Amino acid sequence: MLTTDEKNEIEKAISIVPIRKSACIEALKVVQHHRRWISDESLKDVAAYMEMSPEELDSVATFYNLLFRRPVGRHIILVCDSISCWVMGYEKIRDHLTQKLGIRFGETTPDDRFTLLPNCCLGTCDTAPALMIDKDLYKNVTIEQLDEILQKYS
Amino acid sequence: MEKPLTEHIREDRRPFSLKEYEKVGGYEALRKVMKGMSPKSIVDLVKDSNLRGRGGAGFSTGLKWSFVPQNNSKPKYLIANADEMEPGTFKDRILLECTPHQLIEGMILSAFAIQADQSFVFLRWAYHNAADAIHEAIHEAYSAGYLGKNILGSGYDLDMHLHTGVGRYMCGEETALLNSLEGKRAIPRAKPPFPQISGLFGKPTIVNNVETLCNIPHIINKGSDWFHKLSLTQDTGTKIFGVSGKVKKPGAWELPLGITMRELINEYAGGMQDGLKFKGALPGGASVEFLVEEHLDVKLDYTSVAAAGSRLGTGTLIILDDKTCPVGFVQNLEYFFAQESCGFCTPCREGLPWVSKILSSIDEGAGREEDMKLLEFHTKYLGPGNTFCALAPGAMAPLQSAIKYFRKDFEQHIHEQKCPWK
Repeated sequence: MLTTDEKNEIEKAISIVPIRKSACIEALKVVQHHRRWISDESLKDVAAYMEMSPEELDSVATFYNLLFRRPVGRHIILVCDSISCWVMGYEKIRDHLTQKLGIRFGETTPDDRFTLLPNCCLGTCDTAPALMIDKDLYKNVTIEQLDEILQKYS
Repeated sequence: MEKPLTEHIREDRRPFSLKEYEKVGGYEALRKVMKGMSPKSIVDLVKDSNLRGRGGAGFSTGLKWSFVPQNNSKPKYLIANADEMEPGTFKDRILLECTPHQLIEGMILSAFAIQADQSFVFLRWAYHNAADAIHEAIHEAYSAGYLGKNILGSGYDLDMHLHTGVGRYMCGEETALLNSLEGKRAIPRAKPPFPQISGLFGKPTIVNNVETLCNIPHIINKGSDWFHKLSLTQDTGTKIFGVSGKVKKPGAWELPLGITMRELINEYAGGMQDGLKFKGALPGGASVEFLVEEHLDVKLDYTSVAAAGSRLGTGTLIILDDKTCPVGFVQNLEYFFAQESCGFCTPCREGLPWVSKILSSIDEGAGREEDMKLLEFHTKYLGPGNTFCALAPGAMAPLQSAIKYFRKDFEQHIHEQKCPWK
């Protein structure tokens, strides 16, 4: 069941498009914002609300990199693996993170604290290597800084 | 040297508020237009200015606008493509975060020129600071009467919405962007019909890049002759150039079109890091051809870079130095393209992962003699005309030029069965 808050936020998105189901990506974003990820059950609820079949909505949900159809941790670490960061040594950052957290890309720590994901160019190539945790962008990242950065997130 | 787009960017990079923007002449162009310029006269002015799209393709902005049917049918749409996701590109972010009202004024003027009544900023999800800045600026613009009903008493109405994406490179392609905005998978549409005729929800639509739109208020204030004089060559205006990779001072600078690659790297980016030599560069994001040492004096404008066998693209250089493996460099690019292929057309969906795997095996020391032929096969069969959209041809640009300029390095990997750089 969608909550009243979720419904209100989805209605706002519906109000600016001429076709109800055109707001379906916004609706998925709303649900993910409240529930961290989009379960099968959430997907069915959103589909019903948007007057779509679950299959049609899932074809959209599974297309986009940042709509999560599997459970994720409390914090999402996005490591830029695109060209400028690769040139500037992203692999060291990746290796340190996977070792420190004991997880590979696509996995979540057992305590649910972090999900580690690779990510396309974060658009801050002059300060590569870069990574993003939730909404916080970190530039010119060094291995030495990483431990300190991770401590900010509980 | 004039820097119309960036001269008012604050040192602390905080967004310019409405009051600050108005103090330096902000919304003067809008007042001028609303006092009595016709939509057609704006289209003609922008055509005369010879402004070319700053998103990568370099198509004439005024010409693009002129394809929108001139009638009173509603709705019509104007969309700012702020989905900056080309690897190595970080120019629109600066404009979005620091001068949101410049973009909004540019959008209102452009919307008026094509008589659009609805507008969207299609913003990349990762640009959280930009989202806050644009959200606030749209709110301020409504409060000041620059958006909404009867703008500045002119009788012209325009609404503006901010849409943040959910991550997919394809969304930067304008017809895929329209599908995404309609709540669909971001796959490209067949052209024709072009979006100018049948775009968002089947209505006439213009999609322009952020940097393109930010130029419009200045062209209206200062005229097309002024815009011509900004550049050093036949391609008019300034450009936000960037440099990333192993240079001393990576960064972005607004400079006249037509400065040389050598000037940009040496005078602005501080030259190569100590102990490293320039080996090559992609002049405008990931989907363009390499330029090498013999091209250092090529003028960075659309025409000259094309004559040198590449494309200016987004104008943000990615530098390849002599201590970085060119095969690994290209493998990183092809892996990106393979991941981001939308999967809609077969050659791109199947071909790009194949290319990426071949490059990986060469890089890991398992390359075979026939791999070079296979790679060359793909540069032809994933090239222009063989795929549905420009993603795969774009992916082949750095590959085919790398084979051309760095063939010995590829062959050395295969002969020695290892990466000489590791």
